[in-house]
Amino acid sequence: MNIGDEAPTFSLPDTDGAEHGPDGVTVVAFTCNHCPYALAWHERLLNVARDYPQVTFLAVNPNDAERYPADSYEAMRERVRSEGGWPMPYLRDESQEVARAYEAQTTPDVFVLDGERTLRYRGAPDEDHRDEAQNARWLRDALDAVVRGEEPNPAETEPVGCSVKWRR
Amino acid sequence: MKVELLWWDGCPSHPETLADLRTVLRDEGVDAEVQLTEVETDEQAQREHFPGSPTIRLDGEDAFPAEPGEPFSLTCRIYHLRDGRVSPTPDPEDIRAALRRHLDEHR
Repeated sequence: MNIGDEAPTFSLPDTDGAEHGPDGVTVVAFTCNHCPYALAWHERLLNVARDYPQVTFLAVNPNDAERYPADSYEAMRERVRSEGGWPMPYLRDESQEVARAYEAQTTPDVFVLDGERTLRYRGAPDEDHRDEAQNARWLRDALDAVVRGEEPNPAETEPVGCSVKWRR
Repeated sequence: MKVELLWWDGCPSHPETLADLRTVLRDEGVDAEVQLTEVETDEQAQREHFPGSPTIRLDGEDAFPAEPGEPFSLTCRIYHLRDGRVSPTPDPEDIRAALRRHLDEHR
């Protein structure tokens, strides 16, 4: 999927079973439980979700839970519960169809869609998972641009993280 | 002294760990080449007792021993930096401490 393409819509269950999909300006963040890159960026993504309440923020776990039990639906539920809830739904992509449609490569891999579901940004939350001061700068800049009706710059960065664990 | 770095290409952390490891070896005056081993299959992960990428071994011993019962698989290892943050790479000071501990125990 390229910048400017229409992103696929979808409906996936969160950890309470409620279905969610893109709605208005939307962030689709592929993430998971077991990857240290996803964990390192996790708080920064939660903070973006808190700071942009007008944006639909969807965390999607597409990993094969058979080979990676830490990413099972049950483990997702337990994580959200133990962390006292998240400011965004944590969705299970059991069939991996959404991850394939978005051509997600890693966890994390972040996509920003505008109100017409056009892809405006794709890549990493910021340039360094080790530096909390980065504060998901690329993602925030992209959201600010989209909300203003402008083109994000950069519109695309290299996603960095653990490979998505595809079923065999 | 045999120094190994086992890695899997689904995890982009090993170049940074290799650089950190080489720096620590040089700083500590250890003249050893780092032997790189790519782990490519689940079967190899089982055979090599590979708990995830990256894994550093000193004379065959994991510099950061895995928890008992931790599965051997193609995954990224979770480390913690000295300030407590989650990291895909070990803290360089923890690599240094593991190397010194190993040298002390095998003198």
